[in-house]
Amino acid sequence: MDFKFTEEQEMIRDTAQAFLAEVSTSAAVRAAMATELGYDPALWSRITGEMFWQAIHIPEQYGGMGLGYVELVAMLEQMGRYLLCAPFYSTVCLATNALLIAGTEEQKERYLPQIVGGTTATLAYTGNSGGWDASAVELICLADGEGFTLNGSCRYIPDGHSAQLLVVAAREQHSVGEQGISLFVLAPDTAGITRRWLPTMDQTRKQAELQFDNVSVTASAVMRSPGEAWPLLATIIDLATVAVAADQLGGSQQALDSTVQYLQERVQFGRVIASYQAVKHKAADMMVKVEASRSAVYYAACIADETLQNSALGVELPEAASVAKAYCSDAYFHNAGTGIQLHGGVGFTAEYDIQLYFKRAKSTETFLGDGAFHRERLARQLLDGETAA
Amino acid sequence: MKLSFSAQDELFREEIALWLADNLCGDFEQIRGRGGPGDEHMFVPERSAWERQLYTGGWTCIGWPVEHGGRGASIEQQVIFHEEYARAGGPGRIGHIGETLAGPTILAFGSEQQKQRFLPGILRGEEFWCQGYSEPSAGSDLANVKTKAQFDEQSDQWKISGQKVWTSLAHESQYCFVIARTDPNSVGHRGLGFFLVAMDQPGISVVPIEQLTGTCEFNEVFFDEAVCSAQDIVGAPGEGWKVAMGLLGFERGVSTLGQQMLFRNEFDEIVAVAKKNGAAKNPAIRQRIADAYIGLKIMRANSMRILSGGDSGELQKEAMMYKLYWATWHRNLGKLAMDVLGPESEILDSGPYQLNRLQSMYLFTRSDTIYGGTNQIQRNIIAERALGMPREPRG
Repeated sequence: MDFKFTEEQEMIRDTAQAFLAEVSTSAAVRAAMATELGYDPALWSRITGEMFWQAIHIPEQYGGMGLGYVELVAMLEQMGRYLLCAPFYSTVCLATNALLIAGTEEQKERYLPQIVGGTTATLAYTGNSGGWDASAVELICLADGEGFTLNGSCRYIPDGHSAQLLVVAAREQHSVGEQGISLFVLAPDTAGITRRWLPTMDQTRKQAELQFDNVSVTASAVMRSPGEAWPLLATIIDLATVAVAADQLGGSQQALDSTVQYLQERVQFGRVIASYQAVKHKAADMMVKVEASRSAVYYAACIADETLQNSALGVELPEAASVAKAYCSDAYFHNAGTGIQLHGGVGFTAEYDIQLYFKRAKSTETFLGDGAFHRERLARQLLDGETAA
Repeated sequence: MKLSFSAQDELFREEIALWLADNLCGDFEQIRGRGGPGDEHMFVPERSAWERQLYTGGWTCIGWPVEHGGRGASIEQQVIFHEEYARAGGPGRIGHIGETLAGPTILAFGSEQQKQRFLPGILRGEEFWCQGYSEPSAGSDLANVKTKAQFDEQSDQWKISGQKVWTSLAHESQYCFVIARTDPNSVGHRGLGFFLVAMDQPGISVVPIEQLTGTCEFNEVFFDEAVCSAQDIVGAPGEGWKVAMGLLGFERGVSTLGQQMLFRNEFDEIVAVAKKNGAAKNPAIRQRIADAYIGLKIMRANSMRILSGGDSGELQKEAMMYKLYWATWHRNLGKLAMDVLGPESEILDSGPYQLNRLQSMYLFTRSDTIYGGTNQIQRNIIAERALGMPREPRG
């Protein structure tokens, strides 16, 4: 047992931190988030061309770096800390995981090198219901010769308006729950797809709505286990859930750090307000939440690695993902909210960054299920004798 | 980052698990799962015999160096020992203060003579220790110790007078380590001495404290010119604080995974009750049970971080937050247990005041967030040492 970063993993984290400190400044974040695209294409070129981050956990046979989820999580934590505006999460944590878990060999050979080359991508599985489990899949697929026809819509899709490649989930007509689900990989300019950017309260994470009107897809677009793809999709979602939690961990940490820094500067009644016990105790509680989040996220990252390597410990993934997401969602919201309170009046201004963390805390909390959703998932496993799904 | 233990460590796990299965039976069956927090006063003779049984198997003081009778077990192996011990329902260890606090202090700061004299009794499970730190006016402010130690040239002995409080196992212990003021004009952490004091002497009297549980794990200990020979002070007079603080560093979290196994047993008991009485269908209870489970899983991962030594050169924040985290979690678990039990939570096993295990846990956990540094003190420590915020002004 050695539950700490290796030297190589520390180096990856430190490199990510140093790079993001330089490129994902407050000014850069504010410039990117004000656009509909949501990111600076020049920065995305540097990330994919110079840093090669998009390739981190893609196996070497597809041109990737062949590293694991712990390395990925180490970078995601820094991206959350610096509020990175980029299609990294959607491309790597949604679409790439989908291809790794559910792609046919042909699809992996075709699309993974494209992603390594800088192509952006996303996963669309949720409809309008607001749920995040199997019942969220609302898009309907009808068998049409060798291929399928897709009809319906998807909502809350990260970078859905800009992604250059789509993985979508659809279900057979009249199927319910975990039954009848298939996954498809297709180009967003396929005839019949309409994409619409949805303005969001958290402007650092872009969302879109996708409309499918008689979209014809060929057999080559169908991913593994057609009609029975829920277990694959469930694993993809769990992996993506661990990744959001890592972003939240970084955000929680920065909410704490920037708040403590402010507390050390602000003077009232003739002393820095960091010296007041009422304030110190709030900051201490924030640190407890950060460190507990860290333990949950790193543990889940180790389990995700086991999942990707098909080892026995991987069966814990649904549980570890729910533990991490439930805890980190509440912790980030708490820390960002307490951060505003401790900043006092300036915390309510647009100028200070704590408001950006407060908004990202809420959007990441909602995405892929909030604390209550994941606690109920664990409760089913603990109390109803079901495995978390 | 790696979660699994080595093959060698897994063999060690089998060895201790097998030994426990072979030995924690027969006469010892009745003390399975007994003597933990809230139950420390129970089955004292049987648990004393169990300490000697552990010694015959070579399972006391396994982390001590081989030359002093230990196994020189690695951190991983100590973790495994604690985990398997808790899994098997091993009883609360009467010898734990000697093994984990007094012994390591003597090993680190004691004289050769002190090692020869005190370590074998701890190792063999024959001599038990208690801790003489807290006083009526020295709780969170531990340095405010008033107990005095005066050296008597004539008898070549220290004479100790004062009062200690919250001393668990004082009745059952042969020795007590005591911090007392060697310099009567000193204040705060200066001018203290660290003494190894025999309990069986006319100058010491022990008075049990009845707690809100109706039981008496803790005691007051009164010292009235209690004697301690000149050679039984650890370190020099005036260095007691350094020795006492060094002692706090010995725990290193090896017992935390065992502690969590006990928590897991309590959690499982609550889940079983909830399934049986229907509370498991109540959405609010479901959320809280899941939340408790999340806390358990995080504690385990957190302990693994502590034991792995953290990032190079970084302050171990995960260690500093640990007490605040588990104590608060456990206190909440106690409340959850009662809420799951519903109206049955009020009904005792028998009169006049025989609490069942969950009731006892519920009441006892109110002390978790107080002893060993209150939650408020823990928050001060975190804010000041981990976050670098200004220190509290001292009176």
